[in-house]
Parts: sequence; C-alpha cells; structure tokens
Amino acid sequence: MTEDFLLELRSEEIPARMQEKARADLAALFEARLNALNLPFESIESYATPRRLALIVRGVAEMTAAASEERKGPRADAPAQAIEGFLRSTGLTREQLVERDDGKGNKVLFAVIDRPGIVAGSVLASAISHVITAFPWPKSMRWGAASETTESLRWVRPLQGIIALLGDKLVPVEVAGVKSASVTVGHRFHHPGGITIGSAADYIEKLRACHVIVDGAERRAIIAVGAKLAAQKAGLTLIEDEGLLFENAGLTEWPMPLLGRFDEAFLDVPPEVIQLTARVNQKYFVCRDSAGKLANAFVCVANIDAADGGEKIVEGNQKVLAARLSDARFFYETDLKTRLEDLTPKLEKIVFHEKLGTVADKVARVGMAAHSLMGHVIAPEDDALSAEAAQAAALSKADLVTGMVGEFPELQGLMGSYYAGAQGASANVALAIRDQYKPAGQSDALPEGPVAVAVSIADKLDSIASFFLAGMPPSGSRDPFALRRAALGVIRMIIANNLRFSVSALAGNCAESLVLQLASGERDVHAAAEALRGSSPPLTGHGARLDALLAGVNAKQGGYLASFEELRGAVRDFFADRLKVQQKEAGVRHDLIDAVFALGGEDDLVRLLARVKALQSFVTSEDGRNLLAGYKRAANILKKESWAPGEVADNEIYEAEPAEAALREALDAAEPKAEAAVEAEDYEAAMAALASLRAPIDTFFDDVTVVDPDEFKREMRLGLLARIRDAVNNVADFSKIEG
Amino acid sequence: MAEPLSFQRMILTLHDYWAEKGCVILQPYDMRMGAGTFHPATTLRALGPEPWNAAFVQPCRRPTDGRYGENPNRLQHYYQYQVILKPSPPDLQNLYLGSLAAIGIDFTRHDIRFVEDDWESPTLGAWGLGWEVWCDGMEVTQFTYFQQMGGFDCKPVAGELTYGLERLAMYIQNKDSVYDLAFNDQGVTYGDVFLENEKQMSKYNFEVADTETLFEGFRKAVAECENCLNNNVPIAAYEQAIEASHLFNLLQARGVISVAERQAYIGRVRDLAKGSCEAWIQHMTPSWQAKYPEWTI
Repeated sequence: MTEDFLLELRSEEIPARMQEKARADLAALFEARLNALNLPFESIESYATPRRLALIVRGVAEMTAAASEERKGPRADAPAQAIEGFLRSTGLTREQLVERDDGKGNKVLFAVIDRPGIVAGSVLASAISHVITAFPWPKSMRWGAASETTESLRWVRPLQGIIALLGDKLVPVEVAGVKSASVTVGHRFHHPGGITIGSAADYIEKLRACHVIVDGAERRAIIAVGAKLAAQKAGLTLIEDEGLLFENAGLTEWPMPLLGRFDEAFLDVPPEVIQLTARVNQKYFVCRDSAGKLANAFVCVANIDAADGGEKIVEGNQKVLAARLSDARFFYETDLKTRLEDLTPKLEKIVFHEKLGTVADKVARVGMAAHSLMGHVIAPEDDALSAEAAQAAALSKADLVTGMVGEFPELQGLMGSYYAGAQGASANVALAIRDQYKPAGQSDALPEGPVAVAVSIADKLDSIASFFLAGMPPSGSRDPFALRRAALGVIRMIIANNLRFSVSALAGNCAESLVLQLASGERDVHAAAEALRGSSPPLTGHGARLDALLAGVNAKQGGYLASFEELRGAVRDFFADRLKVQQKEAGVRHDLIDAVFALGGEDDLVRLLARVKALQSFVTSEDGRNLLAGYKRAANILKKESWAPGEVADNEIYEAEPAEAALREALDAAEPKAEAAVEAEDYEAAMAALASLRAPIDTFFDDVTVVDPDEFKREMRLGLLARIRDAVNNVADFSKIEG
Repeated sequence: MAEPLSFQRMILTLHDYWAEKGCVILQPYDMRMGAGTFHPATTLRALGPEPWNAAFVQPCRRPTDGRYGENPNRLQHYYQYQVILKPSPPDLQNLYLGSLAAIGIDFTRHDIRFVEDDWESPTLGAWGLGWEVWCDGMEVTQFTYFQQMGGFDCKPVAGELTYGLERLAMYIQNKDSVYDLAFNDQGVTYGDVFLENEKQMSKYNFEVADTETLFEGFRKAVAECENCLNNNVPIAAYEQAIEASHLFNLLQARGVISVAERQAYIGRVRDLAKGSCEAWIQHMTPSWQAKYPEWTI
C-alpha cells in the first residue's frame, strides 16, 4: 500500500524573487534523492509562500526493495588474521559465513548479506536532511546561538519548523536543532497560533482556513483578477505586469488587491517616472484611463483582509506614494532648471573606462561619428540633419548627472529627451537622446528618425571600436560591455534603414579619434589633432603616423592593438560573425552566408545581404539546383585532375564539338553580364546570367568527354570547366553551398 | 482609539519595551555619524562570542539629505532607534512585532510585510541578510542578521533592528510633514525643536563648511586612527574611523569629491574601520577565549 508524504520547511520571510526557483529546486532535489535511495513513488508537487516551502510526494511505497549480496572471502583454512579482517568488513560472525567448494577442492568462505528493504520513513528522513543541507539558495545565512561557528546550518532566513508526515505518521527527523512535528502556523496576523496538520490530504485546505494560500499560482490568479477588477470598478484599465504579479504573490500569503489614488497634479511628471516609482519602489500596478493615458491611480496588494476593509492601508500607501512622487517631482523640477549643455562639463569627471578616457571624451567621439554618418551616409545633402546629429550626440549623456537618473538609472536617455524637449531642442534631437540606447535587446524597437539612428549607431560603433582597440573584445561567454548586443543593434539599424557604409571604416575613425585624445590629452578631436601636428612624429595624415601614436599610447599603458589595420580587420570579422548569427536566427541558410562571406573584404552589410538573398532564391530554383550540380561536377573534375591554368589556347585552331562550342559561347555571353550585374549590385541579374549557363553545361556533360585521351583536347575542356567555376565563384563561393 | 504617542513618548515606550526584554538602554554616542550601525555598541559588540543586548537612540547625520527644512520627509539630522541582540533570538520577528504593537500599531488594520533587503555597508566592510519592514507600503524598520562586520564573520550572528523614528511617528500620528509631529504632549512640535537646525545645518553642509578644513580633518583622523592602532586602543581608533566617515560625507555634500575619487575615499574609511575591528578582536580575544574556550576568530 502506498501513502502520500508531506514536507513543509517553514522559515522567516523568503525573498519573493527566490520562491519560484526554490520550489522547483525542492522538488528536483527530493526526486533525485528518492531515486538514489530506491524508494518508489508516483509524483511530486511543490509549493512556496513567503514563509514556507512545501512538498507533497504522492504514492510513496512502503519500503525500498530488498536485496541480497554475496561476498567471496578467504579460504576456510586461511590464517586467522585474514578471516578476522573479512568478518570485520562484513560485520558478520564466523558462524554466519557459508563454506563452499571452489571446484579445485578448496573450501572458500562466503558472506551472504541480506539487505532488507528500508522502510519509507527512514529513507524520507535521510532525504530531508540531505536536501536541507544541500539546498542551493542564491544567498544564505547563519543565525542564532548555533552561529557561533561558521559550520552551522545555512538557510535563506532562519529555519523555524519542519513538518514531515507520511500518511498520518510523523517522520522523525532533526536538522540543526529543528525537530519535525505536525504543527505549523497560519497567516502571521490572521492566525498566529499553531495548526496541527493531519496528513498531506488536509494540508492545503487547513492552511487556507487559516488565511494561507499555499499555491503561488493561485495567489497570482487572485492578484491578477482582483487588481483588474479594482481598476475596472474605478473606470480604469490595469496595466498588466507579469513581474509584479510574481513579486506580489511572493510577498503575500493572503493577497488582497486594493486601489488607491494619488494627486492628479503629479501627472505633470513624465508617466514613465511615475510608473517606475510605483513599480520599483512600491511594487504597485498602475492604471490607464479611458483615453489610454496614465491615470492617477495604483493597485497595491496587501497581505491581510483588514478589519476596516483596507481603508487605513490604502490611506497609508497613498501617503507613501505621494512622498515618493513629490521626491520624483523635486528631481524633475530641479533638473529642468539646468540646461543639459551646462551639465556636460560634469561628464569630464566620469571615467568611461580607465583605458578609454571619460564619458565626455566618448561624447566628443560619438558626435564626430554621428555627424559623419549623417553627412556621408544617411542624408548627404542635408546639413541641418548633420548639425542635429552632432547636437544630439553632444547632449546625449548629460542626463547621467541629473538627479532623476541618479535615482533611477534605467531612465537614462528618456529623461534627457524630456529635458532637451523642455529646453527647446528639436523633436529629432529629443528623439535621438531618448533612443540612443536602443535597441536594448533582440525584441526591442529600433530608434526612431534619422538623427536617432545616427547617434545610436555612432555610440555603439564607438564602444565596439574602443574596447576592441584596448584589447577587450568579447570572448567565449564573457561579454562584459555587451558589445555583441551593440553589434546586433547596429546590424538591425543598418538593414532597416538600408545604410550603405563600411562599419570597419567608421569604427576605425572612432578608434583614431580615441588615440588622438589619449595621446594629446585633448578631448576635442580636432584640437587633439592640432596639438599633435607639431609633435614627433608629425601628424599630417593617416596611416603609419597614427599607428605610431597608437604605439605611444601602448607604451604608456599596454594592451591596445598594434595597428588600426588590425582593428579594422577585427571589427570586420566581429560583424561578419554577428551577422551570421543574426541571419541564421532569421532563417537564412548559413552555407549561403558563408558562400558570400568567403568572397572576402566586404563589410557593406546591405550589399552583402542583398547578395545572400538573391543567392537563396537562386539555389532553391530548378536552374539554381542544376547549375550547382554542374558547378560541383566541374569543380570535382578539376580537383581530381589537379588542373592548373596552363597556356591559353587559340580558339581558331581548335575544332570544338558542338556542345563545347555552345558552352564557350554561353560563357562568353554570361561572364560580362554577370560581372556587370555584380558591379551594379543587381544580384538577381547576376544569378540570371549564371542561370543561362545551366542548359549548355548540362549538354556539355552529356555530349562531351572531358578527360579525353588527347592531351590538348583535355586541357582545353578542363579550361572550360575552370571558366564555369570562376564565373560562378565571382558571384558567390558555390563550393560552400550544401546540397 | 487612544491618543497617538508623541515622538518622545514613542521613544520612551520603546525603551520600556526593550528594557523589559533584557536590553541595556544606552544613550546616544557623542559623535557625528551617518547611522546607528556606526555606534560602537553595534559595530564592535557585533564581534566576538559574548552575548550582547542593547537598545538606544542614535542621532544620524546625512549631510546630502538636507533640504533646508523645505521637504516634509528629508532631513540631514534625524533619529534612529537601534536594537542589537546577540545571538539573534529565535523569536526575533515576534519580539519586533511586539514593539510595534506597543507603540500603537494595530495589526488588524495595517499591512505589515517583510520585504527582502540585504544590507551592506562598504565603509564598515559589513553585510547581512534581512528585510525592510513595510507598514502599509512604508519602510519603517531595517531588520538585519549581521553576517560579517569589519570583514570578520559574526560568531554568533547578531540581529539588528533599526527603526526610522520620524517616519514611524509620522505614521502613528498621521502627519504629512515631519515638522508637524507632536514632540511631546504639551504642544511642542518637531519643527519647534529642529526646523531652524535643519535650515542652518543644510546651509552649512552644502555651502559654508570649509572644505580645506574638512580635508585637513580627514587627513588628521586617518593619522590619529593609525596612532591609536599602533598604541593598541582600538575603541579610540574606531572613533577616528567614525570621524573620517562623517567628514567624507560632508565633503560629498560640498561636492568636492569626484566620482573617481569617491571609491578611494570609501576604501580608506573602510580600511580604518576594518583595522579597528581587527585590533578590537585581537585585543579582546584572550578574555573572550578565557570565557568561551571553543571560540575562534
């Protein structure tokens, strides 16, 4: 007969963010332990509240299976010492040993050890101790008198009680002075006294009667529904928030959502600030009105069914939020009084990275890069936009030293855009300041408007260039400066806006600016170049002289790359790599990307992807598949014959077979077409030119023997195959294509 | 419902409550400090094996929080009520809740929550796990189980309760401004006692304090701390760490410490505090081990 087992580990309040994982860990650890101890059971479920982790194992067997083991010992006539040793190791007496013939006439001693099944209770007791001492809390602590040594039990917060019931029987166990019992406590205030649990069967309902909802999913559902209803009753819509749901469910055993209000005057503060204050500091939900605007209401989740229906609780929470919001308003209004450009000098005191100067230095570089990106790539004819790009970049980091961002770092960019807007900056500039950190992740939106795109790309490319130059590229799983994410963002912006430029060239410019700054101590890059003009080596241009400056920087503080060419190469490879990852995720065949990348030297990502796209539709077409087959055949023959270009034959004196002549004609026609199409970046046309080769190639292989006994003919035909291979490879490296 | 407690009555009630629970009731330490945790009765006594139960009010100075008396919640000088119980008793949460009930908080009408808040003091080289205790969404107490102090494991662990007295009083008295709090039952308000102080001291902290004098004071405190350590008077050394910490706070309020320097200053104060704790442990270990032979650092 099987029984259900109940375990409750009661402690002082477990941090909300740890409860879900702890619940899963408890079930997994217990399951692993029971399996290791060979105790059969049907299923395990687990629960967490702020004050308890609970586990129910269904269908626990009465005992582990019995087992019998035989161990061979010394011969019966062995010296007494050997026999005594065997007795010690088996725990048996001489009389209990069995003598058997070994087939050679010797009597050998055997120990037959019967391992009877172990009763479930003691297996469970040992599992409990094991799981408690091995529990993987992210942070744990010692407490109480036992903590006079550091060896005492660690738990997330002091462990207060253990319930361990198999069926209706107590499983006796003691861990770090806490003895198992059948008594727990209910809700801290509704039901502070002890509750005796009968078995796993009545645990959840007995606790519910004492104002504890054991199941976190049920508490979340109560909060979700209750908060929505509370908002609805006030004619508002709740802004749902999964994270808040979990957090509040982790802070309550008896959740009671309550709606409160705040002074409408606070709505002057940007809604993002209000929402963040409410969510982060107070764990409140916020609401929208019928027009979709943030309403002056919030939903808090109390942990008590208050005697006055929650009136006092709402009053208190309103007061706290009002104090928070007046603090936020104080920051907002104070910040508004100082123009962003007047804050920028403070950035000179913030070190961006010890090898990369200050944030002000970075701002200067980003300004140059954004200006040049706008002027040369995004909007070459529009001087006004270039000026806006430079202005937006110059102001972009000023909000880092405002009171509001000091309080809420996650509002960086956003606050800057509010302040810039209020201080008369153009919409483009404000948007650029707001969106400079976008996209923050794969699913995050891209920056809006040309100025925002210019600043965001410049900022990210500058970071990539700077950290690469200083010898700190991402490696393996380590990417402390989130450069991979930055590169992905740049790639997405380039594709979405069809921007045609070399990322490695612009990154190289940023790195050069950085070296000029580091070498001269001047923040302004032009001033830096000016200052270095008269120095030795004189700085009059690029190339070797800049490398010499870089060498100087390296001499002072090592670890930087040795040359700008090396940097550009590294950036090119990095972007190629990121692009492959990004395109793979977008479903593009990696062999096609490889086929285009293998052409080398390309970091105009738009052009590169256009080629990949054309290639993808070509190789999946009938013509493409056949051409690929013909190409592979040609390449294989060339490889097998170890063909190398020899003397160029004169067509006039060679009498070709019809299929051969037809192929030559087709190649004569297709080669210049494909070349011109590639030149014009019309990759569909390039593929169409290649497609025209398909039929002549097929006929050629059908009608003509390439490896002719006549050496001259053979040589000429192999030459033709090489032309096929080269014409195709000029468009993409088909040898990388699978299939 | 009974009249809510005045500010001073609330303090007296807490004194009575914790005295009855076996705490020694200390008076404030006579030095300027940023938090009750700096009081040697917390910092130094958290180390070593001897039981220690104490409660006291500690005035706290947070120069950068000054608002010239214009903000109803922010003060550069305010009071903390500090309780330290070593080893932490098994029913510490209930003892604490008993103190809230004693000062008039009705658990049937208010929402008390223990919200994760791990405490760390970089200047003291100390950390602990615990909560901020919320009453209807307002943080009224910091509740910490000290794990390390001055870089040393606490053996045994002490429980520390830090009540924000002004906040709690505003709550109990239902006042929106700290300055409107009833200080006593005879009509004296918190503003009567401290408003002028806030105005003048905010001005001093932000505008007047002579930075050269402060820098000089910081250097002298560092030197004096070393002098004390060399002469094996760790309590006196620790006082200099307190002094240096406060001068650093003032220099911050004057805005003369750059972001880059900030960490270096914090590091120096931490070195003083850690050095004092280490010296304290070494000084006390013979007598601790005489009484608790099992105990080791």
